Amino acid sequence: MLNVAKLKKGIVIDHINAGKGFDIYKELHLNDIDDAVVLMKGLPSKKLGKKDMIKIETDVELDMDVLGLIDPDVTINYVADGELISKVKLTLPKKVTGILECKNPRCISQYEHTGPITFYLVDPKTKTYRCEYCDSYTTFRSR
Amino acid sequence: MLKGRHLTEPGDFTLEELDEVFDLADDIIEHEEDYLDAAHGKLLATLFYEPSTRTRFSFEAAMLRLGGQVIGFSDPKASSAAKGESLTDTVRTVSCYADAAVLRHPREGTAHLVAKTITDMPIINAGDGGHEHPTQTLTDLLTIRHELGSCDNKVVGVCGDLLFGRTIHSLVKTLNRYSGNKFVFISPKELCMPEHIKAHLAPDSYVETDSLDDVIGDLDILYMSRVQRERFVSEEEYIRLKDYYILDHNKMKHARPDMIVMHPLPRVNEIAVEVDKDPRAKYFDQAKYGMYVRMALLSKLMGVENNVKRSEA
Ligand SMILES: [Zn+2]
Repeated sequence: MLNVAKLKKGIVIDHINAGKGFDIYKELHLNDIDDAVVLMKGLPSKKLGKKDMIKIETDVELDMDVLGLIDPDVTINYVADGELISKVKLTLPKKVTGILECKNPRCISQYEHTGPITFYLVDPKTKTYRCEYCDSYTTFRSR
Repeated sequence: MLKGRHLTEPGDFTLEELDEVFDLADDIIEHEEDYLDAAHGKLLATLFYEPSTRTRFSFEAAMLRLGGQVIGFSDPKASSAAKGESLTDTVRTVSCYADAAVLRHPREGTAHLVAKTITDMPIINAGDGGHEHPTQTLTDLLTIRHELGSCDNKVVGVCGDLLFGRTIHSLVKTLNRYSGNKFVFISPKELCMPEHIKAHLAPDSYVETDSLDDVIGDLDILYMSRVQRERFVSEEEYIRLKDYYILDHNKMKHARPDMIVMHPLPRVNEIAVEVDKDPRAKYFDQAKYGMYVRMALLSKLMGVENNVKRSEA
């Protein structure tokens, strides 16, 4: 059971696959938040064996697409007045905009200003996405 | 309703909408003189950022036969792109005076980018690199429909370069949306159909072979393609594979009497000239169907298909 008693208001990202916590911390730019953010790694977990967890002591708008891309298995717990008010299970986003880049050297997006590119999910197992312009495939990897 | 729509890939249209275009094409073939002034006063812009005389002529002939007019360029050096203007700005400017635009560009996805930006003028993709060339697919479908009655329940053999053949990929994907079609992929193993195309197909809807002789007798359609020199690093490899399949009189003896032979042209030597006289050879008719399907498409997108003068029968 998640102990949220000490957290008055904020978000707990739980069931992060071990090792992905730091990727999430980086990719969601949690370093830029002024309030306290706690990254815990290597916690024991019944479900995962080992897991990471992030506590954010404020309510921020998380980029669910980025989060879903890095680790679609996480659970997000929203806490207010020291109580769990909602729990969200993530899935891999069906489409993402402005996160992935097309690497096809023949794609028009390499030559003309296109604005943020939308990618459509092709294969959830390999996190493979298709460019809206040239249809070539890109696989998500955190930087 | 197709008026004002874009065509960047065959998947932009439902099968019903494709049939709407083909029905109109059939009527134009039947009553061509009724459509002589259908697009009177309309202007088509042909924006060719790389040359393709064959495609441009087909569109221009289609527009002129509808009584419309054509402006455009066939060399980017002569256009404002050479002065650094963005593609979308060029097309937006053109949309101020043209009623439809045909766009050809060497980069993949160009038509989609332009179609996203331009809302008040239909854009037709006439080829974006190795990506899509939907009016070629429409040409192929009209040919099949006109020659064989429908695009359903056919055994479709595609032969030659199946690895890089954009035309063939697009045709197979679109025919697969119709019902009951079976595919026979005929290629040397170096040029076989890529997985990402086969992924669209039911496993029991296709077979693969490297022997044209073994399967030619089963086919309703034999679609031949050219092996392109620029795909090969080694000259020997190209020479070995380019003559892998040559369709000649002898092979045609084993084909069914009602099979049709198609080819997007230009051919190199994959179809012997002696086959041209065979009534089953439809590749030159294809070029004609290409013009008619473009006439129908332009009429639909510009909304002029009812501007006909019905001649007394
Ligand atoms: Zn792309």
